Amino acid sequence: MRAPTLATLTLPPQKLADRIIATAKSRLRQVMAFAALLAIYAFFAAISDDFTTYNNLISILFSTVVVGILAIGTTFVIVTAGIDLSLGTGMTLCAVMAGKIMVDWHVPLIPGLILTLAVGAIIGAINGINITILHVPPFIATLAMMLVAEGLALVISHSAPIYFDKVSGFEDISTGEILPGVSLPNAVLVLIGVAVVSSIVLNRTILGRYALAIGSNEQAASRTGVNVRKWLLTIYIFAGMFIALAAIMVTARLGSAQPALGLGYELQAIAAVVIGGTSLFGGTGTILGTVIGGLIMSTLTNGLQIVSVQQEWQQVVLGIIIVASVYVDNLRRRRA
Amino acid sequence: MRKRRALPVLIGAIALATAMAGCSSSPGGSSADSTAQSSQSGTDNGKKVDIAIIAKGYQNQYWVAVKNGAEQEAKKQGVSITFSGPQTENDVEQQAEIFKSEVARHPSAIAVAALDSKGFGKQLELAKAANIPVIAFNNSIESDIPVTTASTDNKAAAAAAAEHMAKLLGNKGVVGVMAYSQTSESGIARRDGFVEWMKQNAPGIRLLPVVYDDSDLQKAADLTKAMIASTPDLTAIFAANEVSALGVLRGVKESGKTGLTLVGFDSGKAQKDAVRSGVIAGSITQNPVGMGAQIVKSALAILKGESQPPVIDTGFQWYDKTNIDDPSIAPLLYD
Repeated sequence: MRAPTLATLTLPPQKLADRIIATAKSRLRQVMAFAALLAIYAFFAAISDDFTTYNNLISILFSTVVVGILAIGTTFVIVTAGIDLSLGTGMTLCAVMAGKIMVDWHVPLIPGLILTLAVGAIIGAINGINITILHVPPFIATLAMMLVAEGLALVISHSAPIYFDKVSGFEDISTGEILPGVSLPNAVLVLIGVAVVSSIVLNRTILGRYALAIGSNEQAASRTGVNVRKWLLTIYIFAGMFIALAAIMVTARLGSAQPALGLGYELQAIAAVVIGGTSLFGGTGTILGTVIGGLIMSTLTNGLQIVSVQQEWQQVVLGIIIVASVYVDNLRRRRA
Repeated sequence: MRKRRALPVLIGAIALATAMAGCSSSPGGSSADSTAQSSQSGTDNGKKVDIAIIAKGYQNQYWVAVKNGAEQEAKKQGVSITFSGPQTENDVEQQAEIFKSEVARHPSAIAVAALDSKGFGKQLELAKAANIPVIAFNNSIESDIPVTTASTDNKAAAAAAAEHMAKLLGNKGVVGVMAYSQTSESGIARRDGFVEWMKQNAPGIRLLPVVYDDSDLQKAADLTKAMIASTPDLTAIFAANEVSALGVLRGVKESGKTGLTLVGFDSGKAQKDAVRSGVIAGSITQNPVGMGAQIVKSALAILKGESQPPVIDTGFQWYDKTNIDDPSIAPLLYD
């Protein structure tokens, strides 16, 4: 049985109409982001034949995987009007723990992966507890976790990379090709799978609806009987598992857990979410938008490199695109 | 009624403002000290000799090797050291903070590998005022305060990499350069040493525009793939440090491209394996262990009032699969 929509249950008709308009607006935002992605793609395709090759398309998708998974996971947090700054170094900690578990402790692949996901869930749970029970604002709670995770990753790894060459099948998670006859790395399939499942969770399950409801108006959600604490905690735990999954994907790709790789990824992930039309005020957002946001960033990075734009300028362009995408959206919202 | 919330605005502003930098380089973190290693005797006017060493980071294997060299020498001499560094190799400000707090502790001598070789001079005034001798290591600092500089001649080392590569390529081909920093002195010296040697001595070699990975392995791999995609006639890549070399290896592997001549820099387990198997044709190693030891030796000499040369070259070596296990090379390499 499908869970009843919170909005239809609790909001008066006028609010419901607003809600429908808001939904339409957020869809428009995704359409615009998608149009921007196509325009960027067409632009580079017109300049360079090297850009449009199948291999390069795969390269773009491949380079979106890690930031994409982090961004998808944190979309759930951001729609609650929360934020997670521990994504990047949390990923580092999960990667190092994956190494500890599978390389040093010789735990076989499948249980090893499950334990790694559990590490991510624990990181999320601690964030969630600090936010819901200790009432530390998400920004501060996850900032603290960012530091703790970075420090622990260094301590646990003794500041040295952990190599997975003896864990058979591990690198195939990312670079293997499970589909017969198609040259498509598994990492891309994982990203697509995660996006589809997450989209369903956000739109069709109680967790997703409550996340949106809490972000839209926490007090109203609470008054209608939503146990805000419990659900926020659940959402942070759920999002924590994406951090672990991103760690698995980056570690499998590189064949090693790098104790210094991760810091800065949280900002790329948040940028992808924002470009994709999810509001930092919470209440609205889509997984598709986030994926498109991630693709816009990796397409730009790849395309600018292929057409030999000096790297210093690539960063400038990327920054302008981020600000412009949000600015255009604000303009539209003000007029609407 | 909609409540206006200030926090999301703040978060948004920070995220967006830093996203530009965040997309390609890591933002700063906060301070973190590494370990301290001590031993018994060694005194300086009754006070135990204590050398504060401030590196550019403490996570990279290279810095760990410097630290090990310094610890071994310190143990031998019966003095103590502290070893610290900022969290990322971009965090100029945090390094300055660490320097300040080390000066406040008043150690016998301070050795520093400045992230900002131009701007760090004014920090050194603090040590001068406190009468603490300063040694620069890894790279020089634009100031007359350091008594000596213990460093690899990075420019000469990268030129040697270029020379070996040109020989391997028979003086023709298309060469990409994976550098790791547009701002650090060693990063610039390695880039320039390689590029200048090629331009002057190998007219048959065409160089692609230099790319920078900011010491992010995954970024290096993605950049390598883009380089390969946009340059079908690419014949060789020079990677200017350990992370760059590993990233290039990954990128080449993922792209499926074969027959490229790869030349690396520094060592580390994965790079050593690649050199042994011939996937990397050869690499330049510095002598980080010797550099660490030199810091301690120079500090003790200065404290005894002996003079030190203004620059002490701690050396570099080309290694490939033929000499990687030689007794003269193996001790310079770290895992």
